[in-house]
Amino acid sequence: MSGTMTISLKVWRQRDSDSEGRFVDYVLSDVSPDMSFLEMLDLLNLELVRKGDDAIAFDHDCREGICGTCSLYINGRAHGPLKGVTACQLHMRTFHDGESITVEPWRAKPFPIIKDLVVDRSAFDRIMAAGGFVSVHTGGAPDANTILIAKETAEEAMDAAACIGCGACVAACKNGSAMLFVAAKVSQLALLPQGQAERKARVEAMLAQMDAEGFGACSNTYACEAECPKQISVSHIARLNREYLRAKLA
Amino acid sequence: MILDSKIPDGPIEKKWDNHRFHMKLVNPANKRKYHVIVVGTGLAGASAAASLAELGYQVTTLSYHESPRRAHSIAAQGGINAPKNYPNDGDSVFRLFYDTVKGGDYRSREANVYRLAQVSGAIIDQCVAQGVPFAREYGGMLDNRSFGGAQVSRTFYARGQTGQQLLLGAYSALIRQMGTGAVRFFERREMLDLVVVEGRARGVVARNLTTGTLESFLGDAVLLATGGYSNAFFLSTNAMMCNATATWRAHKRGALFANPCFTQIHPTCIPVSSGHQSKLTLMSESLRNDGRIWVPKKKGDDRAPNSIPEDERDYYLERLYPSFGNLVPRDVASRRAKEMCDKGHGVGSTRLAVYLDFADTIERHGKAWVEEKYGNLFDMYKQITGEDGYGTPMRIYPAVHYTMGGLWVDYNLMSTIPGLFVLGEANFSDHGANRLGASALMQGLADGYFIIPYTIGDYLASTSFPKIEESHPAVQKAEAGIAALTQKLMDVQGSTPVDVLHKELGKILWEHCGMTRNKAGLEEALKLIPALRERFWKDVKITGTPDGFNQELEKAHRVVDFLELGELMVRDALHRNESCGGHFREESQTPEGEAKRNDAKFSYVAAWEYAGTGAKPKLHKEPLAFEYVKPSQRSYK
Repeated sequence: MSGTMTISLKVWRQRDSDSEGRFVDYVLSDVSPDMSFLEMLDLLNLELVRKGDDAIAFDHDCREGICGTCSLYINGRAHGPLKGVTACQLHMRTFHDGESITVEPWRAKPFPIIKDLVVDRSAFDRIMAAGGFVSVHTGGAPDANTILIAKETAEEAMDAAACIGCGACVAACKNGSAMLFVAAKVSQLALLPQGQAERKARVEAMLAQMDAEGFGACSNTYACEAECPKQISVSHIARLNREYLRAKLA
Repeated sequence: MILDSKIPDGPIEKKWDNHRFHMKLVNPANKRKYHVIVVGTGLAGASAAASLAELGYQVTTLSYHESPRRAHSIAAQGGINAPKNYPNDGDSVFRLFYDTVKGGDYRSREANVYRLAQVSGAIIDQCVAQGVPFAREYGGMLDNRSFGGAQVSRTFYARGQTGQQLLLGAYSALIRQMGTGAVRFFERREMLDLVVVEGRARGVVARNLTTGTLESFLGDAVLLATGGYSNAFFLSTNAMMCNATATWRAHKRGALFANPCFTQIHPTCIPVSSGHQSKLTLMSESLRNDGRIWVPKKKGDDRAPNSIPEDERDYYLERLYPSFGNLVPRDVASRRAKEMCDKGHGVGSTRLAVYLDFADTIERHGKAWVEEKYGNLFDMYKQITGEDGYGTPMRIYPAVHYTMGGLWVDYNLMSTIPGLFVLGEANFSDHGANRLGASALMQGLADGYFIIPYTIGDYLASTSFPKIEESHPAVQKAEAGIAALTQKLMDVQGSTPVDVLHKELGKILWEHCGMTRNKAGLEEALKLIPALRERFWKDVKITGTPDGFNQELEKAHRVVDFLELGELMVRDALHRNESCGGHFREESQTPEGEAKRNDAKFSYVAAWEYAGTGAKPKLHKEPLAFEYVKPSQRSYK
């Protein structure tokens, strides 16, 4: 364990969705390299509260990279500089003593800011509600081994299903496109036999809702894949496009 | 008050079927006249809300999260049990029932556990039908693996993300109902009180976490699926927002709290590194399938693990428990790790860790095989510690993980307040004094998909509900009470942030009511906690305003309750002068250091009735009878 670090922070502060926001500068010392990025923000918040200032609001929960709640844009990168991790899995050992770090919320029109670094991602739920499911009622499902699924197919479906719905793909995309998010679900269910019955309706409904929410178009820059903490491949977007074409032509 | 568990008559394998037949039904056309409030959207809450909406009930669902998919069930890694017997290794409903009752150290209700085992197979079918991508074998069949406390392979899994995949399955069922309007979902709402009208639960008061406004949600029944209280310890594997506020405030309204001292310490977590730590991270105990746990035989051995020769290592679980080896239940594995460290065999800079070694497995099956099964866990270890678990053994130490205690419920999952049902980890019912691995997901989904849809109908059909509005005095009074409590918190304006006080509570609980407990320590905690509570109310500092998004205020409400619940945990631990499962009283152990139960005195559920903050709660006992699994000294040798 090395000594502590001092870092300078530029944090986006915004009182609520109607107010104007601005960057506020903070200097924080006694930062341990073993702290997670969010623990560093905890430390800053302790200082702010002790001084009587309003704590910086940020969304977080599991702090182990699976709930998809944390959503920080750190030094111009969704979830910060490392590949394949969420902001809560980022540790201060990634930064150096004296470094200046800029922290912003996700920036996308369909994700309005609620306060400081907290945004409203309910657009994702509405896209899912449009078709991100298999319409089965509870009860009456056949024995689980009735339908065989090749291991490779199950694995590929699992690759897509690993999406945590954090929205980094949207934040990273210059068009604010949600294609990788939508593709992950469409692809998972298109691969599996259980998803076949609603295959056509699903892709159409989810894409229509995606457009209605104001997400941008995909122009194949692959920023989403590069910043996805679960490293979901853009090949799922290719499958999404094929699914859409298939639905339109069939 | 007499606790009536409402266990149906008849032989155990017929109880649930008979009960289902005898329960009243609500006519399909009448279901839409009933309105059910569901708090929480984890496995239990989401599966219940979706299933009830499918049946035709009006459902309103609340979550303190921004989306139902964020619930902490998502973090469960290892798997879900079901006695499908696909591997042909001798599994059966009775064996899962037997293992769970034994694993719970004979402190659970036989009838509930049997039902859980009975419905667990249908859960796997349901999840597969939803498109949950469970692990498969090359032939296309579902794969199983082994878990602690069982000698059969009955655990279904989706890599190390089983909880995520099951939750997303339940979420997909829920969101389908949200899309049709059958479920109305309210995000960022935290339940702060229960509305009880004429003795029946009729709704909740919640704070809108975005605007700070108090809102009431009224209906004919309330379901709490709000998880456990591990975060009373501050440091636990639970997510940061997990809290006991919904259950504790229901407790204050009359719901008895059962077995609060039954907390589970999970053996395979990443050790604490220093004081700034905000939470602990678990690595699935499935790692114990293929990893071997050891410490150096020599005390204070500073050598790097790979340079300690084989004959100088103590594979203590394999030595002490030859038949279960590294797969002993969680409570046993945790306690033995603590014992090794206490004796001076701990490793790492803090000496509070033991090794989990994959070298043998990598040699036998190759690194790729291990990567495929456990890759995400090794990645997680590397992210947090900066070390490579493939090359050197991982360091692990136990951490608080799950709470078996919770609100008391009868066989129908109804609490002592009529109309208040409690599901999943929030209730106390199925795991006794120790939960077996891969059983939490099973219970959450069993409660939500296959139990509550039947039992709630019986309650609704046999009750008449006077119409209530927000103007009802009970609603107004509850709202005014919460508004006053919020103002009182804001008005303290002391000097200590909420987290600092919460950490102090955690330390008291971990030290005196953690992996092992004794009379003197518990009595000490009974002095320390009320003193800390007093300090909290004099010195807590909350900035910001109550009428808007304010995470400090959110935390303060939760810590107010942890400070009260913590005291009850200690009282319960003090009264239960026996060891069972996760509750280890140092005064009560066998010569080999195993938990020693006192069945003559303590074969009951301890259900506590609230008597006021700081006042001594009243103890009610539900005697436990074991007709099918005869209590014996648990042995995993």
